[in-house]
Amino acid sequence: MVHIKRLQENGADIVAIIGEIDASSSIELDLAIAKSVGEGYKKILVDCSALEYISSAGLGVFMSYIEELRDKNVAFVLFGLKEKVLNTFSILGLADLLKIATGKEDAMKLANELSV
Amino acid sequence: MFKTKALIRLTFLAALVAWVILAFADITVLYSDMRSLPSDLPHWLPRFTLDLYIIALFYYYKFKVERDDNLNFTDLLWKVFATGLIATVVSLSVRLVLYLLGSTKLATNILFMDFVYQINLALFINFLLAAYTAWKRLILYQKTKWLVRAWVVFEALLLGILIYDSIHFSISPSVTTAVIALISLLGLVLSANMRWVAYLNFKQKWTSLLLLLLTIFYLVYFFYTVLISSDSIREQTTAFVPFQDHVFNIALIAFVLTYITFSFLVILFNLPTSSVFEQKLEEVVNFQRISQSIQTEQNEESVYNILLESSVNSVFADAAWLEMRSSLQGGKLFTYKISETETVAIKEHLEKNNVKGALVQSSDKTKNLSKYLGSMKNSRFRSLLSFPIIVKDENIGTLALLKEVPDGFNKEMTRIVSTFANQAGISIENFRLMEEAFQNARYKEELKIAKTVQRSLLPTKLEQDNDFEIVAFSESADEVGGDYYDTLRINDHEVALIIADVSGKGTTAAFHMSQMKGIFHSLAQQAPNPRDFMSKANRALVYCLERGSFISATYFVIDTQTKTIHYSRAGHCPVLLYRASTGVAEFLKDKGTALGMVRSHDYPNYVENNSVSYCPGDVMLLYTDGITESKNRKGEEFGGERLMKVIQENAEKSSREIEESVIKSLYEFSGSDDIDDDYTAMTVKFR
Repeated sequence: MVHIKRLQENGADIVAIIGEIDASSSIELDLAIAKSVGEGYKKILVDCSALEYISSAGLGVFMSYIEELRDKNVAFVLFGLKEKVLNTFSILGLADLLKIATGKEDAMKLANELSV
Repeated sequence: MFKTKALIRLTFLAALVAWVILAFADITVLYSDMRSLPSDLPHWLPRFTLDLYIIALFYYYKFKVERDDNLNFTDLLWKVFATGLIATVVSLSVRLVLYLLGSTKLATNILFMDFVYQINLALFINFLLAAYTAWKRLILYQKTKWLVRAWVVFEALLLGILIYDSIHFSISPSVTTAVIALISLLGLVLSANMRWVAYLNFKQKWTSLLLLLLTIFYLVYFFYTVLISSDSIREQTTAFVPFQDHVFNIALIAFVLTYITFSFLVILFNLPTSSVFEQKLEEVVNFQRISQSIQTEQNEESVYNILLESSVNSVFADAAWLEMRSSLQGGKLFTYKISETETVAIKEHLEKNNVKGALVQSSDKTKNLSKYLGSMKNSRFRSLLSFPIIVKDENIGTLALLKEVPDGFNKEMTRIVSTFANQAGISIENFRLMEEAFQNARYKEELKIAKTVQRSLLPTKLEQDNDFEIVAFSESADEVGGDYYDTLRINDHEVALIIADVSGKGTTAAFHMSQMKGIFHSLAQQAPNPRDFMSKANRALVYCLERGSFISATYFVIDTQTKTIHYSRAGHCPVLLYRASTGVAEFLKDKGTALGMVRSHDYPNYVENNSVSYCPGDVMLLYTDGITESKNRKGEEFGGERLMKVIQENAEKSSREIEESVIKSLYEFSGSDDIDDDYTAMTVKFR
């Protein structure tokens, strides 16, 4: 079960994921990111502080946007990852492909730097 | 079957023989009486043979008509009529012969007259018995226990009379009167059983009336003919016993005539109401059709069509439409004798007048909307009735019935169509449930196939070497996972190993797994270094993997010459290596991105070439995340620490034993035999 909230701050779209992402709930995540990208945000921050678990399908969602985000020059930053979740990201090597920050402030800073 | 046929023939023959003897005996008796000669034949013989004739014919018709289940009511009446017709034709031809003879001596001869009389009487009795048997079937239609008993008593009494007639056994007149009264009463009571009439449709009723009328005519004709000739014979001789003296004959005639008259009248009076009964019957049939349509029809559409047709037929609507709402295709309209534009016009009119009825999606009440139609110009319809069709508490459509006359629908009709609509709703619901069940079954079947495919992709035999032994196991949950492992000997001192986990589940996972297997077997043979293997594999997979799927893998080459393990990790769980020299197991942490994640040519930048040396006694464990992520009842994960401990504690054992201890501790930890993920591990023990 997952709950996804979106809110805007300083021109950035913050997507907060609350709960677990598995094969079925990954669709919701996909929809949220697609919406955000579709609305033309140049800075997208993903708040993972309430993300308890993510399955390979959920990781696949992030993965599938990497190229599109790069082509559209969108700064895409994840922040607040729990150790376990971060571990999953790094084992798969996604940590090298995605920008990951510790907190919201860092993430915002990183996004601003990237979008310059 | 054969037996019945034989019995029919036998009884007919018996009747014929009885009649021949009867005719001969009667004539002889008359002759000797006229000549005042002492008769050679006893006087009772004609009576006795008459009884035989009657009994034989009774059984003849019993076997012929009573046992024939294929006869319907009109067929039965037709049989009686046909018997009457043949009998009349024969009787008329005898008359013709008599007419041709004129008033010759032969024609006035009493013996000849008696012969003719006997023929007519035989035909009459034959006809009466045919009718009697048919009436019996009609009376006993939908019989009750009491009816059957009454009939048995009636038949027994008739037999009693027959015997009484022939033996001239005289009982007191009061008893005779009582018996006559009883038999008349019984006959009347039985004649009141006309249930069959209700089951005739309008056309059959007319046919029956005609047949009955003609049958009555024949009966009267025969009665008259026999009566006249018996009278004329009686005038000349006293030895002659006319048929009227047989109480049985009279009883039979009375019964047959009573029932035929009753039937005729009942059918006649039932004619005007027969359409109502027919309609009720049709309703039942329609109802059945709707409920059965789910078994016989292949789609919902036919249920809709049957509903439309049945509703129109049962309330005599002039037109109707059925509108089904569907979120996917925007809805469907089925019409009957009304154009779509007319439908739209009526709906718009109602909308304009702000009518809330079943035509509006939210309403679920049956409504008579006739009064709103009155204000609509250019419409031929003056009555409108609409019904919601509900499936699982959801209004999925509306049925609208139209009539050209004002106030064309009554409560009764509303109730009937309402039932139809409900039944159709149930049928559609059942249909959808069945469809769902089919889908599920198909999905399960597909999974089964995928599982078999996945199983067959895993190797049955693993490479072995003097330097190491390899064992592996893989177990998957109900859902098909995508764990893959394999080995391949490159040359005499190099062996390639792979462990991979395909993202996703089901058939796609099995499909990607087979691609991985193909890539492994073709690339490993060319002995690339592990990083090259990964970049080539990535390039190949980029074209096959859809957006969002990836494969995590680790590729190893064990070189027994240099005692080195070369490997490259692409997003897979880090390998666990136990060093016999230190007695410690550790995870080899290094960089590496899963296959399919980076679609550009810079993928090689995301994977590394790594090497470690090995010594005898070292243990290497390759596994998938199913093992480390396996949870116990408290929700804790098995984790790397536990795995490490198990390996350290059992490292001295053989590879098979190490594997068994891993499995054992895994199941002990999770506390159940049901696994919720895929467990795959490959254990390499160096020696």
